[in-house]
Amino acid sequence: MSLPTQTYTVTRADLVRYAAVSGDHNPIHQDEEVARSVGLPGVIAHGMYTMALAARAVETWFPGAEVVSLGTKFTNPVVVPAEGGVEVVVDGEAKPGDDGLTTVSLTVTCGGEKVLGMPRAVVRG
Amino acid sequence: MPVDQSLVGRAYPTTAPHTVTEEGLRAFAAAVGGEYAGRAPATYPIVLAFEAMNAFLEEEGVELARIVHGEQRFAYERPIRPGDVLTATLSVAGLRQIAGNDIIRTSSEITDESGALVCTAEATLVHRGAA
Repeated sequence: MSLPTQTYTVTRADLVRYAAVSGDHNPIHQDEEVARSVGLPGVIAHGMYTMALAARAVETWFPGAEVVSLGTKFTNPVVVPAEGGVEVVVDGEAKPGDDGLTTVSLTVTCGGEKVLGMPRAVVRG
Repeated sequence: MPVDQSLVGRAYPTTAPHTVTEEGLRAFAAAVGGEYAGRAPATYPIVLAFEAMNAFLEEEGVELARIVHGEQRFAYERPIRPGDVLTATLSVAGLRQIAGNDIIRTSSEITDESGALVCTAEATLVHRGAA
């Protein structure tokens, strides 16, 4: 079963807020110069922020359901411009199992390119 | 390279107790754009896992700016709720080198006050070698 597409806009201000609540103050998520100095194309979103958006989509699709597991690879960076924002698009395919668990295979893209590798959530219900 | 095979299997000191508050959960949910529904958002345990990772990086003299997240998995035993007092213990599960980068696999066990496992957070960290 295909789940309705969720689209989120990510801005630098979102990354500042996320750094504060997560404790991840890695400067590659804030400072263009530092990001470029370690070979990145610019300021990138925390992988965990993108993963949190994937989890938010799962929460929207399965309100109140208990998440049993959640996993992903971070395959491509989400580059966040200094002005405006960038769109992250989350799609999902749900497969209910016989054990009362539903496996959700996600597709998370930015600019038409996959940014997460095989993101998957398992929810009860 | 500051990291080597001798780290594999090593466990690092458990983090200081982290008391989960409704305020903290609401702030985390708001930062990721979600609604607070009485329990922690699915990626909240990263707060504990990240603290454990920072302690590991510090101990090994690895610069945070050279770390990129490669992979993250959470296996939940139960939802995290306000009032939980949690700690995380990180161990190094594996280490290999690819194209001048260290690929460090870590596993953090997050437990509650009674010692019961709440969540296992597995992270693969890519340590980017100097250019």
